[in-house]
Amino acid sequence: MNTHAIVTKDLTKRFGDFIATNAITFEVGQGEIFGFLGANGAGKTTAMRMLCGLLRPSSGEATVAGYDLYTQTEQIKKRIGYMSQKFSLYEDLTVKENIRFYGGIYGLSNQQIKQKTQELLARLQMEKEERQLVSSLPLGWKQKLSFSIAVLHDPSIVFLDEPTGGVDPITRRQFWDLIYESADKGVTIFVTTHYMDEAEYCNRISIMVDGKIKALDTPAGLKKQYNADSMNEVFLQLARAKS
Amino acid sequence: MQQFFVFVRKECYHIFRDKRTLLILFGMPLVLIILFGFAITNEIHHVQIAVLDESRDSYSQRLVQKMTASRYFTVNRYLASHKEIEPVFRQGDVKLVVVIPNKFGHAFHHDRKAAVQLLTDASDPNTATTLINYANAMIMQYQQELTGEIKLPLTITADVQMVYNPSLKGVFLFVPGVMTLILMLVSAMMTSITITREKELGTMEILLVSPLKPVMIIAGKVVPYIILSFIIALIILAMGTWVFAMPVKGSLLLLLLECVLFGLTALSLGILISSITNSQQTAMMISLMGLMLPTILLSGFVFPLESMPQPLQILANIIPAKWFNIILKDVMLKGAGLRHVWLPTLILSGMTVFFLAVSIRKFKTRLS
Amino acid sequence: MRTIFFILQKEFLQIFRNRSMLPIIFAVPVVQLLVLAFAANYEIKNLSIDIVDQDGGTWSRQLRDKLTASGYFSLYNQSASSAQAYEDLETGKADLILTIPRHFERDLVRDNEVRVQLLVNAINGSKAGLAAGYAGSILSDFNRRIRLDWLALDEDDAPAHFDISYRYWYNPDMNYKFFMVPGILVVLVTMIGAFLSGMNIVKEKEMGTIEQLNVTPIKKIHFITGKLLPFWIIALFELVFGLAVGKLVFNLPVVGNIGWVFLFAAVYLLVMLGLGLLISTFTETQQQSMFITWFFLIIFILMSGLFTPIESMPLWAQKITLLNPVAYFVKVIRMVMLKGSGWADINYYLGVMLAFAVALNGIAVWNYRKTV
Repeated sequence: MNTHAIVTKDLTKRFGDFIATNAITFEVGQGEIFGFLGANGAGKTTAMRMLCGLLRPSSGEATVAGYDLYTQTEQIKKRIGYMSQKFSLYEDLTVKENIRFYGGIYGLSNQQIKQKTQELLARLQMEKEERQLVSSLPLGWKQKLSFSIAVLHDPSIVFLDEPTGGVDPITRRQFWDLIYESADKGVTIFVTTHYMDEAEYCNRISIMVDGKIKALDTPAGLKKQYNADSMNEVFLQLARAKS
Repeated sequence: MQQFFVFVRKECYHIFRDKRTLLILFGMPLVLIILFGFAITNEIHHVQIAVLDESRDSYSQRLVQKMTASRYFTVNRYLASHKEIEPVFRQGDVKLVVVIPNKFGHAFHHDRKAAVQLLTDASDPNTATTLINYANAMIMQYQQELTGEIKLPLTITADVQMVYNPSLKGVFLFVPGVMTLILMLVSAMMTSITITREKELGTMEILLVSPLKPVMIIAGKVVPYIILSFIIALIILAMGTWVFAMPVKGSLLLLLLECVLFGLTALSLGILISSITNSQQTAMMISLMGLMLPTILLSGFVFPLESMPQPLQILANIIPAKWFNIILKDVMLKGAGLRHVWLPTLILSGMTVFFLAVSIRKFKTRLS
Repeated sequence: MRTIFFILQKEFLQIFRNRSMLPIIFAVPVVQLLVLAFAANYEIKNLSIDIVDQDGGTWSRQLRDKLTASGYFSLYNQSASSAQAYEDLETGKADLILTIPRHFERDLVRDNEVRVQLLVNAINGSKAGLAAGYAGSILSDFNRRIRLDWLALDEDDAPAHFDISYRYWYNPDMNYKFFMVPGILVVLVTMIGAFLSGMNIVKEKEMGTIEQLNVTPIKKIHFITGKLLPFWIIALFELVFGLAVGKLVFNLPVVGNIGWVFLFAAVYLLVMLGLGLLISTFTETQQQSMFITWFFLIIFILMSGLFTPIESMPLWAQKITLLNPVAYFVKVIRMVMLKGSGWADINYYLGVMLAFAVALNGIAVWNYRKTV
């Protein structure tokens, strides 16, 4: 019985001569909130896109939700949710139409779609906005909506690629409440971020520098290991070590 | 001034990095000119005909032989009866059916009159007329052969002279046409899209807060396109003259200056479009529907203006391409000087100034 | 199958919500049809002619009247000197000049032969060819009449000759619009098919929404079907719409069974949608996709026999048109509508189209990747 949601071994992605992700190896447990940290260009997004089946790895092994990343990407896709750093709901559809579309794509029945839509709108307190075009919503609302749609089909793992970029602190807090809520239901959360305060919210974090994982532990463990007061300090130490 | 050149260099990077678009920009005129020059002629070639020869004597056979000896006609099939004519037309390949009635040779010698019937598929009226003309000429030639040099009394002969384009080359019409089209595409459409792209991406605001004057920014954006379109115009001209032996009877300098003028007119249109739109898609649609289609349709490039109804002819006057086409044809083929083309030149200049003035006003109101 | 339904629903919502789409679907076709049908008119009539009549006799006047009464020519200027006429030709005011020499009548009777001069502005070669053709046939007709009048010649006493008669089938009134409008409908359908479908997919790439779709278990084939089907439907609708306008405005004849046109259009559209799809698989922005589509379409359309007959191309170019899907549809729609061609006549072309559709879509689907 495999209790790990994600297992990777020496997972590598090369673009020509450039090695974006260099032999990363880690495991993520079921129901864990796993933070993936690193500076811009450290290879976080590449790693995540490989795990979602958007990019083919160059070498190494990985399983997601127990399925092989090379041969069973379609099975993986049924069990994961994804929210990219670029907002990617349809701006010219209304809130409700977006929900209905993604529900349909994931094969939910009409009954399920209706029920999920109501739950979702109630949780986000957006009942009044259901007929509004997504383009008219403020950014924070859009992000919360994106997340809720990413978990609409009850995936076992959700990948979030810098989900809170450009959002004010209060909305960020609300956003993390949503993440916790999902995690409580047993959903594994895989999140990349470069906000160090957000790192503290994760169960475990890994820090990537130049395509390699330089550190991997609980936030408390890392702070202890690097003898630092905050994650920010840990991060700076790692980043400096590079040069 | 130095800032200005930095800016121009940035624009050039944008253009030359997009290889696919560049390939099309240079490839399109080449392909179009080659196609028009070689593939679209005013002669007919290997038209499929069917023959219903009821006579089957040596005269009728000679007649058919004469017709097919040319490369104009190829016999697709021989028909056995009148009933087969309709189906053969309906199949679509045969455009002309030659019917030679019974006792063809006999009638010619004894009744001094032998009937030949030419049936054409006139769904395309002009091709039908042309086919009849060709077939007619061949049959008459055969008649001459049979009767020898008997001159009919009172014969009026027409000396036909095709002036300006003796060999009826279609390319003379298409080189100016393609030139206007491409200059429109590069100067108007590309500029309008690139300026709106900066608006869409929000980079326009960054540029506007820079110490460069707005006029300089716009100028910087369009300078590379002026150069690009001028190069393309030169390529088209070179191909026209060297590959297709198109003459440049007038002054080359005048011709080049007129090209630059039209390039500017097109640019000012592009700027105008970008000043009234905010999205690339809208800019594209306006350029395509408002500029490309009229340029193709109403400039006299593909379709002769004279055979259009009055309203369209009047409408054509506001299309810059129409005037540029006139200038090109006059200068290249007729050797006209500025004295002859001053009017279209003045109109183009006027249009350019007008478009620029309107767009500057539009930009100003938007910026304040 | 349910997935396709959801994609379709989304696509239609987006299409009809886009304010610039509705005019493209409804207004542009009508304008295009009307303008093109009038503009793309090769009906060569009312050519303006200058007559330099240096003879001024009865016969030369009769010749002038015959020319202008034919409907092909309208007299722009008549004078005895050629200088003015040359200037008219130069400035494009006259398309051709007929010069009737001094002593035309006297020489004709005395020498039994006389020459007139016809100068044609040949910059537009095809027009010049037709103009010379019309003038020539009017002239020889005039010649025959004169001969009969003057010599009181009986047709039967004439030397042995061929009596050539002509029949113009399927379009006896030589209405050029009957010929053009079906072809323009093809352009209409083609634009929708190739342009919009290609741009639609690239737009998802540009907006980044395609990534969100690529992580879903959606099947490649479902996604593509859902993306293309709306444009297939819209384009067929355009065809109905365009035919109706053509019928109302131009009184377009429909000799054959219109069902064949729709059957053919249905298959033809698969080819065009496949082309759009293929282009969308190797472009990143709508701008690129539009340029490339435009490039192919303009070549396809110009080489389709729509504006210039395929018969006027050299043999090698005629062979190339066998690879041009637009040429097939242009041919078939004219065959069915003007000549009443039926299944036996079009099945071969339909087969070719089907092969094109399978090939293009095959390559496009194979080339389409859910991974980057």
